[in-house]
Amino acid sequence: MTEHILEMRGISKTFPGVKALSDVNLAVSRGEVHAICGENGAGKSTLMKVLSGVYPHGTYEGDIRFDGEAVSFKDIKDSEHSGIVIIHQELALSPYLSVAENIFLGNERSSRGFIDWNETNVEAAKLLKRVGLTLNPVVRAGDIGVGKQQLVEIAKALSKNVKLLILDEPTAALNDEDSAHLLGLVKGLRDEGVTSIIISHKLNEIRAIADSVTILRDGRTIETLSLHDGSVTEDRIIKGMVGRELKNRYPERKPSIGAEILRVEDWTVHHPQEHSRVIVDRANLSVRAGEIVGVAGLMGAGRTELAMSIFGRSYGSNISGKLYKDGKEISVRTVSEAIRHGIAYATEDRKRYGLNLLDDIKRNISGAALGKLARRGWVDSGREAVVAGGYRTSMNIKAPSVTSVTGKLSGGNQQKVVLSKWMFADPDVLILDEPTRGIDVGAKYEIYTIINSLAAQGKAVVVISSELPELLGICDRIYTLAEGSITAEVPIGEATPELLMQHMTKEKD
Amino acid sequence: MASTLTDAVLKPAAPTLTDAGRFLASRLRQIGIFVALLVIVTLFQLLTAGKLLQPDNVSNIIVQNSYILLLAIGMVMIIVAGHIDLSVGSVAAFVGAMSGIMIQDWNLPWWLAFTASLVIGGLVGAWQGFWVAYMGIPAFIVTLAGMLVFRGLTQITLENRRITGFPAEYRQLGGGFLFPGLFPADTNILDWTTVGLGLLAAGLLIGSQLRGRATRAKLKLDDEPMAWFATKLAFGAVVILGLTYLLASSRSGTPIVLVVLGLLVVTYSAVMGNSVFGRHIYARGGNLQAAQLSGVNTKKIDFYLFVNMGVLAALAGLIFTGRLNSAGPGAGNLFELDAIAAAFIGGAAVTGGVGTVIGAITGGLIMGVLNNGMSLLGVGSDYQQFIKGMVLLLAVGFDVFNKRRASSALK
Repeated sequence: MTEHILEMRGISKTFPGVKALSDVNLAVSRGEVHAICGENGAGKSTLMKVLSGVYPHGTYEGDIRFDGEAVSFKDIKDSEHSGIVIIHQELALSPYLSVAENIFLGNERSSRGFIDWNETNVEAAKLLKRVGLTLNPVVRAGDIGVGKQQLVEIAKALSKNVKLLILDEPTAALNDEDSAHLLGLVKGLRDEGVTSIIISHKLNEIRAIADSVTILRDGRTIETLSLHDGSVTEDRIIKGMVGRELKNRYPERKPSIGAEILRVEDWTVHHPQEHSRVIVDRANLSVRAGEIVGVAGLMGAGRTELAMSIFGRSYGSNISGKLYKDGKEISVRTVSEAIRHGIAYATEDRKRYGLNLLDDIKRNISGAALGKLARRGWVDSGREAVVAGGYRTSMNIKAPSVTSVTGKLSGGNQQKVVLSKWMFADPDVLILDEPTRGIDVGAKYEIYTIINSLAAQGKAVVVISSELPELLGICDRIYTLAEGSITAEVPIGEATPELLMQHMTKEKD
Repeated sequence: MASTLTDAVLKPAAPTLTDAGRFLASRLRQIGIFVALLVIVTLFQLLTAGKLLQPDNVSNIIVQNSYILLLAIGMVMIIVAGHIDLSVGSVAAFVGAMSGIMIQDWNLPWWLAFTASLVIGGLVGAWQGFWVAYMGIPAFIVTLAGMLVFRGLTQITLENRRITGFPAEYRQLGGGFLFPGLFPADTNILDWTTVGLGLLAAGLLIGSQLRGRATRAKLKLDDEPMAWFATKLAFGAVVILGLTYLLASSRSGTPIVLVVLGLLVVTYSAVMGNSVFGRHIYARGGNLQAAQLSGVNTKKIDFYLFVNMGVLAALAGLIFTGRLNSAGPGAGNLFELDAIAAAFIGGAAVTGGVGTVIGAITGGLIMGVLNNGMSLLGVGSDYQQFIKGMVLLLAVGFDVFNKRRASSALK
């Protein structure tokens, strides 16, 4: 029998009105990578907060044994002292401090209250090397990419002599290359004796690096599976997460494709500050009525930038090129002009760019087309509530009422609010940027169904995604984007992940 | 399966409160500010042995605080949009001074001076709005500069004198009453103009609320429980009628400035709640990028917010000048801080996106009643400052605490 570095037994945690965890058990063997899977709201994050002392001992029921001893953490510092370090989904680096300062934040290399800068930077460089970063430790953390920031977080964890590293959705914001690097690093740390717990929605990653997986559902432990013999498939894990076998992860659809609605010609976009830097280079693409067109590209390829520059020049400078709507050239200089021409863009980052999290569901839904509900500048609130109520039902937004504040909804439901907002604006072209990011499997299926029904209504849909299986599952045609250029246009019948990846990594000549 | 999941999340595992109790708790943030005002009024009514709510004193509180309440309306809108305006005191002083010059030096009729003053206020607002909206300078900086610039301009305009002797019509706005000769005050009867206005106001409130509820019922929308609705409505009516009774039995009846203020409160509440412009203000303050990506012209919103604030500051300046019958270089000092405090006590969020006109007015009244009550008790201005400061801190602290509790309850 392998030795367990961590055992959590009978953990229950109740919030006022909600039982978030009930009798959860988790056993992690020393030196393994242990994955935790579950739909959003299954209790993964709560369990990790119990473990790391965010919810102190006494606010939950159950026992935790770590490294052979019963432990009762009072706060995060306490758990870190024992060697448990958690890296949250939202990175917690201070952008204005240097990488080295960030690594030793709260744990400064100092003598008599004065910081020893030489030791700080030398030690930081050593830690960076361990995580495979060749980076000057004095650069500002805000100046390096998200992938590197994630690695800096791990370096920071290593500086605390970590025994158990908890990674919450570590690759959610990373491109494939950075993800692969990060996962490789986690494997490397395992070989050095660091145990890891990884929370992820990406099942292929879990299968690639985890030794075992514990599945949570509705605040309960469902099962723990060993991944060593390879008999556990992704579908098997999904079955545990949702309690049913998802035979088809993508809903059936019979496309009926009509005339061309939007065509983009020779679209070139420059960086908003550095005006000479080309971000999108002479892109050509078109989308027809009833068609779902995918845009595949690695992070930094210019996917979002392409979409936002088309959407009323909300990104970039020195934009050139032509837009044709229903065969006629149109000029779209502002977002409101874009909306007027029937173009909509649902952002990849709904919390930052998509929703007013302080406001309720109905006011978010009406936000992009308030004029439709208003006469002479006055909004008809009654009709607004009726409209929003209609979307709540048809989109299956899970909330007590349309006056619920969007900031309190789950990711999937927030996404449905964003989609409702654009559906209410009734565009002809919908550009959906990462429509299922951070959403659990069940809700993803619902989002795909909505996308299909939009196409069935004759709308032209463009889906930008970094998940190739998703594009392959729902699109009729896929463009690949690399370094700002469209490198290929692949009909769905010919598309394979390998082929797309080839075009997505094409170097510029 | 999906539905069992939501049930697990939405259904309370261990009900600790009764339904009514939980409902009230959820409304606590909404009504907390009114309860606070009620408590403070009751407290001072007891401490001053009934002097606080004497008819003439009530009339006095309203007139004394009218310009702060007026400024608080514009200020809460600016704060909801995520800005701040530090210049309103100086702008009010500047416009007051300009109106004095127009009347005393240029011999303009009072109505022309009034109109021109409001236009000047609008131009001042346009100037600041231009820097904030189109040049992208933070409002804190622009209006800090404006505070100095317009204080300076006030002194330059006045050449360090004090203009007094304003015509009677001019002084009506700040210190006048509705039809004072109609029901002479020396007889011990009610002022029927005031009674009529009060009944009209109460009737309009009840009528509009009932109509709104009927519409919502017709559209089959979820609505608040009848008991709660009725309580709220009854409370509103009692407050209006109580105030009416007090003013009607005061020496002079309804202050003109109260009518102006009442109309502005109703109008601006409607603008913030139901107009496209108001919605865009909340959207802009709640999430700037999301508003822009929904096609909201946020620069235009910012610009007109400051124009609006300028006009309201001008109106406040006219009222203040008229009431004191004097335009001086130090007028309107620290008005901005009182207006800002009123908005924050009234529940506006420092980060923008949250706040109401009614809240700001209530916040302003809390400050006003505190001032007046403490003066009646003979508390020195040193202690008054201290207490007002603590009230501001505690009010916002309570709000933050409440928010945190609400969000932790939902994980």
